[in-house]
Formats: sequence, C-alpha cells, structure tokens
Amino acid sequence: MSAASPHEEEVLGKAYDARLARRLFRYLSPYRGSLVAGIVLILFGSLFQLMGPALTAAALDVSIAPRAGAKASFVADLAAFVAGRLHWSLAGKSGVAFFAAAFLASLLLSFFLTYAQVWIVNLMGQRIMFDLREEIFAHIQRTDVGYLDRHPVGRLMTRLTSDVDALNELFTSGIVSMVGDVFSLLGIVVALFLLNPALALVTFLTLPLIVGFTAWFRKRSRETYRDIRVRLARLNAFLQEHITGMAVVQLFNRERRARDDFASINDAHRAAYVRAIFYYSVFYPGVEILSALGLGLIVWYGGSEVIRGALSIGVLVAFIQYAQRFFRPISDLSDKYNILQAAMAASERVFRLLDAAPEIVSPPAPARPRKSGRLAMEGVFFSYARGEEVLKNVSFAAEPGEKLALVGHTGAGKTTIASLFLRFYDATRGRVRVDGEDVRRFDLDDLRGRFAVVLQDPFLFTASIAENIRLGNRSITDSQIRRAAEEARAAPFIEKLPAGYETVLQERGGGLSAGQKQLISIARAFAFDPEILVLDEATANIDTETEMEIRDGLARLLTRRTALVIAHRLSTIRQASRIVVLHRGEVRESGTHAELLALGGLYAKLYRLQYRDQEALAQPAG
Amino acid sequence: MKDRREFLAFFRPYRARIAAGTLCILLSTGVALMAPSIVGRAIDGLKTSISAAAVLRFAAAILAIALVSGVFLFLQRRLLIGVSRDMEFDIRNDFFAHLTRLPLGFYREQRTGDLMSRAVNDLTAVRMMLGPGVMQSLNTVVTATIAIVLMARVDGRLTLLALATLPLTAGATKIVGQRIHVLFERVQEYFSEMSARAQENFAAARVVRAFVREESEIEIFRESNREYMLRNRRIIKVSALFYPLLQTLVGLSFVVVLWRGGRLVLDGRITVGRFVEFNLYLAEMVWPMIALGWVVNLLQRGAASWNRMREIRNREPEIRDVPPLVEGFTPRGEIELRDLSYAAGGAPILRDVSATIRAGSFVGIVGRTGSGKTTLVSLIPRLLDPPEGELFLDGVEIHRIPLADLRAGIGMVTQDTFLFSETLAGNLAYGSPDAEAEAIERAGEVAGLAPDVEEFPDRWQTQIGERGITLSGGQKQRAAIARAILRAPAILILDDSLSAVDSETEARIQSRLRDAAGRRTTILIAHRLSSLRDADEILVLEEGRIRERGSHAELVARGGAYAAMWDRQRLEEEVESA
Repeated sequence: MSAASPHEEEVLGKAYDARLARRLFRYLSPYRGSLVAGIVLILFGSLFQLMGPALTAAALDVSIAPRAGAKASFVADLAAFVAGRLHWSLAGKSGVAFFAAAFLASLLLSFFLTYAQVWIVNLMGQRIMFDLREEIFAHIQRTDVGYLDRHPVGRLMTRLTSDVDALNELFTSGIVSMVGDVFSLLGIVVALFLLNPALALVTFLTLPLIVGFTAWFRKRSRETYRDIRVRLARLNAFLQEHITGMAVVQLFNRERRARDDFASINDAHRAAYVRAIFYYSVFYPGVEILSALGLGLIVWYGGSEVIRGALSIGVLVAFIQYAQRFFRPISDLSDKYNILQAAMAASERVFRLLDAAPEIVSPPAPARPRKSGRLAMEGVFFSYARGEEVLKNVSFAAEPGEKLALVGHTGAGKTTIASLFLRFYDATRGRVRVDGEDVRRFDLDDLRGRFAVVLQDPFLFTASIAENIRLGNRSITDSQIRRAAEEARAAPFIEKLPAGYETVLQERGGGLSAGQKQLISIARAFAFDPEILVLDEATANIDTETEMEIRDGLARLLTRRTALVIAHRLSTIRQASRIVVLHRGEVRESGTHAELLALGGLYAKLYRLQYRDQEALAQPAG
Repeated sequence: MKDRREFLAFFRPYRARIAAGTLCILLSTGVALMAPSIVGRAIDGLKTSISAAAVLRFAAAILAIALVSGVFLFLQRRLLIGVSRDMEFDIRNDFFAHLTRLPLGFYREQRTGDLMSRAVNDLTAVRMMLGPGVMQSLNTVVTATIAIVLMARVDGRLTLLALATLPLTAGATKIVGQRIHVLFERVQEYFSEMSARAQENFAAARVVRAFVREESEIEIFRESNREYMLRNRRIIKVSALFYPLLQTLVGLSFVVVLWRGGRLVLDGRITVGRFVEFNLYLAEMVWPMIALGWVVNLLQRGAASWNRMREIRNREPEIRDVPPLVEGFTPRGEIELRDLSYAAGGAPILRDVSATIRAGSFVGIVGRTGSGKTTLVSLIPRLLDPPEGELFLDGVEIHRIPLADLRAGIGMVTQDTFLFSETLAGNLAYGSPDAEAEAIERAGEVAGLAPDVEEFPDRWQTQIGERGITLSGGQKQRAAIARAILRAPAILILDDSLSAVDSETEARIQSRLRDAAGRRTTILIAHRLSSLRDADEILVLEEGRIRERGSHAELVARGGAYAAMWDRQRLEEEVESA
C-alpha cells in the first residue's frame, strides 16, 4: 500500500463496483435465510400497507354509496366473496363495519410483518458487523509490526468502527429497503391497473415527470453537498488551526484580521448552503405541484369516466389516494445512492487492510532447536526506510546465562536489536540467531515464547492485575500468578489492595506508582518463565524510591537467564557480564565495565556523562 | 435555556424576514387546504351528474391551488431556512471573535477537541433548532389549526374521533424515541469501551506479539464484540417498532374515519364528497403531527447545545485593556520585574522574581523543564497576566500599556512553533502585513532560512501545511524567528527556538540576529548553554526562583548549578562528535 495522503479517507468512488459487491456478498451468504425472509416479509408488509385506499374505495362502492350498474373493483369482488362465506351483509352500516374491520386487520398484519422484517434484517446486519469486526481485529493481530508503524492507530480504528458501520447501512437499510421501495412502486402500479387500466395509464403520465424531477434534484443537491463538504472542511481546518495557534494570533495583533478571514470562510460556507436551500425549496413545492397535476388528471379523466358510468366513485377515490403515494419510494430509491457509494468506499478500504498480507510469517517446516538461551547477531544490517541504515554490520553473541548490556546514545540502534531477535522485523542483511538457529526458521509463537520482555514503562491493559500477569494465557493458574508475584516481590503491594489480584487497573495502569507497574511486568515475566529476558529501560531517570522497589525482583529475574538489557541505569549495566557499546548503528566497543573504563573510549565518556551522577545518587542510598 | 436575551438578539436583524416567512406558511397552508373541498365538491357533483366541462374546471382549480401554494411554500423555505443559516453565520462569527479575545490560560486548560465540538456540533444543533425546528413548529401549529377548523365544519364529532389517535401518535413517537435514546446511550458507552480495548491492543502491538498473546487477544475482543452486538440487538427490538408503530397509529385514524364517517354518509348527515374531503384533511395533518415528536427533540437538543456554547461565550476575556491607559506607547525595551510571582490553578509557578533587563541588552534564561521559564516570558506580552505592580516596561506598569501597542513592540517565538497553512511569505509577514517582499526575504536570511527556501518548489511563495509542503522542525523554528524579527520589535523573546537546528547553524543565526539587532532587547531561553556565552546576564531558574545570576564566565567560575550543566553539555558534545 502506498503512502496514504491525508485525504485518502474522504475519497468517494462509484456507487457500484461488481468486484467489491461479489466480495461483500460473501459476508451475507451465511445469513441468506434472514435475507430471503426479510425480502418476503417486506413484500407482504407493503402489500397490506397498500390495502387501505383499496378498502376505502370498496366500502364506498359497495356499502356507502352503491350505484347500480357501476363496475365494482376486484377488491369489492374479493370482499363480497369473503363476506359471503362469513354470512356477513355488505349492505349499509354492516358493510362499513366489515370494511373498517378489514382495514384494521390489514393494518395490524402490516404492522407485524414490517416489524418482523426490520428486526430480522437488522439482526442480520449486527451479525455481519460482528463477523467483520472480528476478521479485521484478528487480521491486525497477525499483521507485521512494520505495517502498524506505517498506519496510525486512528486509521485502524476507523476501519474497525465507521467503515464497518457504513457496510451495515448497506446490508440493513440498503439492499432490503430498496427491494421494498421497488415493490411498493410496482404494487401501486399493479393495483391501479387492476382497478382501472385506462385511468391508470392517465395517472402514469406524471411518472416520468416525477422520476425526472427527483433525479434532477438529487443530482443538484449532491453537487451542492460536495461543495458544502469542501467548504465545511476549510472552515473547520481554519478553526482548528486558529484555536491551536491562538497565542500566535494574539502576539502578532492579528485578532481582527483573523476574524475577517474567518468571516469570509464562514460566508463561503453559508453561500454553499444557500444554494442547497434553493434546491430544497424548489423540490418540496415541486413534489406538491406534480402530485396536484396527477390529482387534476385523475379528477378530470376519472370524473368524465364516472359521468360515462365506466368508473365508480370508490375507484376514483382510491386513485386519488394512491397517486399521492408515488413519491416516497421514488425519492427513497434515489436516496440509496449515497448509502451505496459510502459502502463501496468503506469496503474498498476494509478490503485493502485485509489484503495486506503479513511478510513476517512462520516457515512451513519450522525448526525447533533445544532451548538453551544463546543469542547471536552476525553481520546484521537493518533499515526501517530505504537508505537510512539503523544497524550496520552488527555482530555479537551471548552465551546461555550471560547478561549482555546494550549501551549507547538515543538512536544508536539498541531497541532495534531487541526487535530483530523477537522478529518484529527482518534484518536486511546478515543473520540473527536464537538458540543457534536463524530466527526466520522458527515458528513465530515458539520464537517469541522463548523471550520475556520487561519495559521500564510497562504496557498495562485495562484489566485486573491477575489478567495483566497472565495476559490471557489460560494455562497459567491463579496459584502460579501468586507465585510469580511473590518471586517478583510484587505480592506485598498487590495483596494490600482491596480487591487484591482482581483489582482492575485504570487505563495504562494509572493509579499505580512507576515501580508497582514495573513489578507487575516483572511478575508477568516470572509467570511466563522464559529462558531469555529482554529488559528495556526507556530512560535513566528513575527515582531512587522506584529503584529500591524493583531492585530485588529484577535481580531474581535476571538469575539463571540470558538477558539482553537495553541499559540506561548504571546499576543494571554493572550487573552485566558484558557491555556492547553502540554508536550510530555500529558496535564500537565491547567488554566488562572495568575493561571499558580502562579503555578510555566512548563508554568512558558516556559513563562520565550519564552514569557518574547516578553513582553519586546511589551511594548514600546503599 | 441560558441567556435568553442574547439568544433573541440574534433574531433581531431578521425580524422582517421571519415575519414574511411566517406569512408564507399561513398562505401556503391556507391555499393548499382549499384543495380537499374542491375534490369533495367534484365528487358530489359527479353523483348528481355534472358536465364534463365542470369537471375540467375542478381539475384546473386543483392544479392552480397547488401552483399558488407552491410559490408560498418555496418562499417560506427560502426565507426561514435562509434566516437560520444567516443566524448560524452570525453566531459562528461571534463565537470565533470571542475565542480571539480569550487568553492563553484558557487554551491551556481547554482541549481543542472540546472547543471544536462546541463550535461545530453544538452550533449545528442550534441551527437545526432555528431552522427546521422553528419552521416545522410554525407549520404544525398553522396546519393543525386550519385543518381542524375545516374538519370540524364537516363534522365535529368525527373530527374528535379522528384526532383522538394523533396525540397518541406524537406521544408514542416521543416515548419510543426516548427509550431508543436511553438504549443508544448504553450502546455508545459500550462502544467506547470496545474501541478503547481495540485501541489499547493496536497501541500495544509489540507487547502482544512478544508474549504471543494474539489468539487470546482475539478471544477477549470477541467477548466485547459480542456484548456490543447484544446491546445493539436490544435497541433493534425497540427501534424496529418505530416506523411500523407510527404507520399503524396513523392508519388507525383512517380506520375510524372509514367506520364512523361511512355511517354518517349512510345516515345522510354528510355527503360522499364531504367524506372524501375529510379523509384528505386528515392526510394533510398526518405529517405535521408525526413531526411533532421530532421537532420537540430538535428544540431540546438545540437548547442544550446553546447552553454549551454560552459556557464558552460567557467566559470573560480576562486580559484586555482597562483604563487608565498610556496613549501612544512605543517600547524602548527596558523590562523590570519587581518580586514577580505567578500561580496557575493554585500552584505557584514563579516566586518573587526580581530583575532589571536594560534596553538593548541580551539576557539568557536557563533552568529545568517546569522551572517557570516559559511562564516568565509569557507574562511580558501578557499572554498570561502578571499581577498588578510587578512588571514594568520602560518604567510603565504593564497593565497601563494598550495591549496592541505592547504586543506590537515584542517579537516572540514560542516553544512549539506554530505556522499557518498559507504561503511561507504569508507566514513570515503574519505580524507585518504590509512588509515588502524584499524585507521578508531579508528576515528569512537573518533567520537562516534562505538556503532551504532555494529548494522549495515556489520559493517564498511555497504553500505550507496540509495543502502544501511539511517543514522540518528546524525550518519551522527558523520561519518563526523570521516572522518575529520582521516586525522589528524592541524586545525579541526566543523560547528555546533553535532546539531543532544543530549548534553550528545556531551560532551562525545568533550572530546574524545580534548584528541585525541594533538596540534591541533580546531574551533567550536556551537549553544549549553555548548559545548564552555572549549574554549580558543569565538567570538560572529553579522551581520559580532565581537560583543564580551573572554572565556566562561568572557562572562557570562560581561552580554552581550552571557550571555543572555546562560541564555535562561539553561532554555530550564530545560524545556526539565521537
């Protein structure tokens, strides 16, 4: 995927793309039953909804104002048949009651059918969203760290939330109600034909006008809305920028100018809306006038037919009522265009995420060397971006049980080395070995399972302390958690908490001290009990209090394990059996603390600069 | 609703248009409601066999009514919705103008996102109240009044029966709407939880992978994903009810009219035409009544949003001109701090700082993060307000100097340099709109920006920011310096403004700045102490107090905190160059 422009998110494409649609249909297919049920229900629902005018017409012709010789409608015939079976008289008030009851019954039927349809279809939508979210989330779990470096969390969240919502719109309001709209329209057309073909044809004269007018309006309003969106974005950008930079505005006495500039952007935004208002102001009266035109045609032609005796008054009234129902489905249908367009754009983005195949994967036949705790780099080169080498020909080895400290300035490549052992990235050249085997030949889970990572600012999840130690590994029992906490010397403070191990941590472990957070992460390492430890100290700035808190637990964790320490603290460096000094991606010196001090090179300078003060601080403490 | 009077004030300029719009509602509705009776008379006429020509006249009348009513409907929308856009325009300008008057302290405590949401989302809700809200309310009142009168003229009792279900409709809309609202909030609540969970996972990608927790993370996510779905399904149960219920309740009125109205026709109390006419009136009433619940909602949301906007609007701009003022003040550049103290949110930041900075002198300020350096320099242009009687400029108490004059005399480069999305030249001339191209380029040269500009696509006219090129941190800082010196200020304040350029470039820029300075007072906050070697005086701040003061040589000789910092930095440079 190429570097995304900031506006990538807003691009809207076609409303229909066969390739995307086919792929989307795959998400629908497990719920075909719901889809079919939804469509059947909406068909019958709209059918009963259309009954009202027809029943009113029949009531007029049969019971309220019967006229000898006038041709009755098919609804009247049907009613006569049903009433006959029930031995119910359709004459006079008894007939009125019959038709009112039939009207009520069809209303209730339509109510239940429509309710069931909306319910079933929306449940289906929820299930599809559930599936999609899970697929996206699972995909992100397996994607490369490098991919996540390039894609900000906010964008991934958009894929998982708003894009999935846009697809839900398509499945719930889109497909099914489009079928419903089409059917309503067809239903009216068929009903009118059955009632009176000639009058139906006259009524349909307005149809092309309605369709054309609606299409014109939609096209225009879409254009103006595109304009509005652009201007609104400009308005918001200006506002955001000036809120952020208000100090500069004030320092440079630009308040008045800023207000003037804002007013003109604000005015452009308003002007775009005024155009939209115009189209809407034309559309609504236009709908009324076209309806009236239809009504006028019906009254004129239908009236003449009534005079001729070829049409009953009831049917005429039914026509009058149906003619007013044309608009909604047509207008709704054209509205669906936006839903389709948004859904296609969203699905394109979602699929692009899902199609980004991870490059760092387990080989088909992974090696499983015996766990010993040996680490090695042989002539390793690495760069995150082309041209900028972060590691240059790095070689070193750590024997089982050895404590290796990586020392160097920020940006010297220390953290990168740890990332390569865990195979977050692959080296561009050279070999990275764990337990004597190239990391690329490992099963990923097996490789990473051989390490425990302890960060100075550990990442704690919003979950209980026990969960944070177990990290979802169900095979770690509660008693193992307790033992790990004891080994880490975290147990005393945890057990003092009111809910103990079940204490739910705030976001990122807020409410705990830095030392306590780290103790939990040390306990985590004990619980997983790997043979290799990666210890990443983010800064040297750790207060003595914290240092005291964690010293014990950390020391116990380091025994019997191979440790790779990205070191900033003198105390940890001193414990190391060997120090590797990195400078601008290269190994510059290597040896014990005493050897390197005696060498008088880079480490000696770094020591004077960064660690001497710590020594001064550490002495009174112990 | 707060500040009703201020609210009404926004209506004042548009009184005439609102009155005209209301008149249009009356006319369009009044005319449109003539159609049913014409249809009714046509039908009655048909029963007594009228001429075809008469039928044609009826049809023409129906069309004519729609045309006339349509014209007023058009005008009504244009006038009333247009007014709401104009008022939105006014309110937004007013809101932004107020923002420009609020001091830095306000922006430090307010999140940008929150201000944006008030200026955008809340204003939209207010606009919806003013436009569709007001128009639809008027429409409902007018339509209901006229239609009920006309229906009652057909038959009083039938009217009562037909309308009995309409309040029920509006009530049901509101009740179901509220229930959906409550359930929706629960969904939203859980939504934030689910997305927080996912966000946390994405941010912790390395930890998840390092501990091989991918599968269990998927499982945990599945749980919250399922809970979210279940909560949504609870909403669906209610929300699926909404439209079918509405349709049924409205349909009920028609059932009642068919049943009772049919009997009235049979009893000869009304004609078939009147019966049809009555049905048509009812159809006209349906939408305004359904809309009632929606309108009430619009008005409530609008009022709540108006209150949220007023919370900001009612903030007093604390930093402003209060007489008596010294007219026509042009600063020379002498600054005096007399036991200057400053606190924010109850926490003292500066305590009893005293210093005299002579006009034309070069003063450095050093100290750890949080020692009060930035606060100290922000008090001079009154971005933050110092207490009365503790800060003087050329011997004048700072509050007596008109703000515009004070700031015009100061060029300040803040720590987080901020440039606007416009051309580079436009950014440089931000404080001096009349500057000539030549002057702009000279300032750019002094700030050491000229070599970079050669590489830019449109040189000085290159667009910066979102729609243009992105400057590096060092380029931004140099542009901000050029912007400040272009105003030829008597006082130049640089708050750690060259942190992102290397020390060699920094030294060159500094020497040029001094050459161009003339008699300018320069205050420099620096982390790199080498840049303060030529300072007349250096103030070392610690927890808001001056701990040491003196020239570079004096301070190094003293062997205190400054000397220790100097020592470290020299070593650091050695390591860097190793």
